[in-house]
Amino acid sequence: MSKGRYGEFGGQYISETLMNELIHLEEQYEYYRKDAEFQLELNNLLNDCAGRPSRLYYAEKMTKDLGGAKIYLKREDLNHTGSHKINNVLGQVLLAKRMGKTRVIAETGAGQHGVATATAAALLGMECEVFMGKEDTDRQALNVYRMELLGAKVHSVTSGTQTLKDAVNETMREWTNRVSDTHYVLGSVMGPHPFPMMVRDFQSVISREAREQILVTEGKLPSAVLACVGGGSNAIGMFYHFIPDETVRLIGCEAAGEGIDTEKHAATMTKGSIGVFHGMKSYFCQDEYGQIAPVYSISAGLDYPGIGPEHAYLRDSGRAEYVPVTDDESVDAFEYLARTEGIICAVESAHAVAHARKIAPDMGEDEVMIICLSGRGDKDVAAIARYKGVDIHE
Amino acid sequence: MSKIKNAFSDGKAFIAFLTAGDPSLEKTVDYILAIEEAGADLVEIGIPFSDPTAEGIVIQDANIRALKEGMTVDGVFEIVSRVREKSQIPLVFLTYLNPVFHYGYENFFLKCENLGVDGIIIPDLPYEEKEEMSMTAEAHHVDIISMIAPTSRQRIQMIAEEAKGFLYVVSSMGVTGVRSNIETDITSMIASIREVTDIPAAVGFGISTPEQAERMAAASDGAIVGSAIVKLIEKYGDRADEPIAKYVKSMKEAVKRAEN
Repeated sequence: MSKGRYGEFGGQYISETLMNELIHLEEQYEYYRKDAEFQLELNNLLNDCAGRPSRLYYAEKMTKDLGGAKIYLKREDLNHTGSHKINNVLGQVLLAKRMGKTRVIAETGAGQHGVATATAAALLGMECEVFMGKEDTDRQALNVYRMELLGAKVHSVTSGTQTLKDAVNETMREWTNRVSDTHYVLGSVMGPHPFPMMVRDFQSVISREAREQILVTEGKLPSAVLACVGGGSNAIGMFYHFIPDETVRLIGCEAAGEGIDTEKHAATMTKGSIGVFHGMKSYFCQDEYGQIAPVYSISAGLDYPGIGPEHAYLRDSGRAEYVPVTDDESVDAFEYLARTEGIICAVESAHAVAHARKIAPDMGEDEVMIICLSGRGDKDVAAIARYKGVDIHE
Repeated sequence: MSKIKNAFSDGKAFIAFLTAGDPSLEKTVDYILAIEEAGADLVEIGIPFSDPTAEGIVIQDANIRALKEGMTVDGVFEIVSRVREKSQIPLVFLTYLNPVFHYGYENFFLKCENLGVDGIIIPDLPYEEKEEMSMTAEAHHVDIISMIAPTSRQRIQMIAEEAKGFLYVVSSMGVTGVRSNIETDITSMIASIREVTDIPAAVGFGISTPEQAERMAAASDGAIVGSAIVKLIEKYGDRADEPIAKYVKSMKEAVKRAEN
């Protein structure tokens, strides 16, 4: 069995052209993760640039309204660039710079990872190119302009379904084309080893902080932590340091789109099967012949037909559970959080909020729940208005 | 016994690629037979996949056309079955791991054996992951063809030592597709391979002209051409028999010239 396994999942299913680069990346990462100077610089970037640690916010009105578990929000939406994506990006771009790379490339769905990568590239003086599905450049036009403002070149990907999956395909092709001076800043806990491990390590700052914060505030561990999952980077970040705490339920909320009984969803865990794609063995939405299925979600960030291999392992080993949440439920939750707590969250994160609304009332008042609010919702306001049939002009 | 060595038994080999089901199941059968008649020594049949990450735009589009036509793995086996009624040319599949994984390795390689498929090339199955299916493939006498890339360096000999069938030497960085220049030092890659194995090594990626084919075949045991043939199929649809035959003939002649 090759490296980077989580049970049977993970691995390095990638073209020979990239193998030496992946081996080199793994060696360099192993070196720098133990290098005190690198860790200090990364920590300074996370604090000074990204604004960490992020707040653990007690959602008092929501708690009272739902009448069950005490609800806390881990405010990744307050990070610089507006989501958890910056945690991983600062780590990878700093690593790329240490490796002597001068150029970074990245895929992006909603644009959050692309904006974060463009930001880190500007900050650390690297050239940056971002690949984004044409459907996403259309529905997230502001993020495209944001990346361009930050000095990145944005490529609109017109192959396949023109969404996140195709953006990953195209970024991989570009990396194969030019690997010597270029690092691929993968945005989620997916792809070939060492990406799932490395991205998880960089994102695990979320649960490291949250666990300390809740112990200080409540003096006990939460009964449940919730996060939305597409590829699964904010979820693994939110879960990681709670994995050994067996009393803590880990709940990933995936995109059910128009419903898991329709063809328009991205519910990989609920409807997918095991396969090998994008460098990893994991669960994927696919047909009986192993063709990757077109997926759908109102949220561009969850609109992906696979999930990171560590999640596949956490699910199959029974440690974490994954539930489907529809567009309608997420939009309701998006509005609910805005009115109840005065927070406009990303429609991705609203999937986790929606599931919290379902389960919190059945939990005891002495129980605590943490929801990872992975991003802020400014980017989604226009799309939500369209979804609600509201005519607005920017 | 794999027929792959026959492809290299009479000097330098010309290897042609096409995507199964583009433009139709029937025409793929016709085109494979036309390619053989025009002098090709081995045919690579692409099993279409929704997300062919190692392919450039020409073969990506062919994959999409074939899937739209309803081509499936079973359809590809039907093509092989029809070809085998008339031809014993060495045949290898080129596809991605997921369609094979989903079909089930045992089922897949049993069918390959029964129908006479000699090998398989899987760009997303590097040396480190080969164990995934190598025992099953071997039990059914199907060679897993390994690839060697311009970036392989110290990996070349590790891969070559365990190679089966032939070695697929990737001429350039990036994805498949026509290139005006190939700058990789193929000669030194081949020399490195020759230190550890006698298995034939053919060069692919970016070759479209007779001059390129001659040059690549001179440095190795043969030339592999995909995108240029798929382009003819894209242009002529189900009337590509003659253009393909004419093109393959010119390429085979170029490869033969490399023997002198």
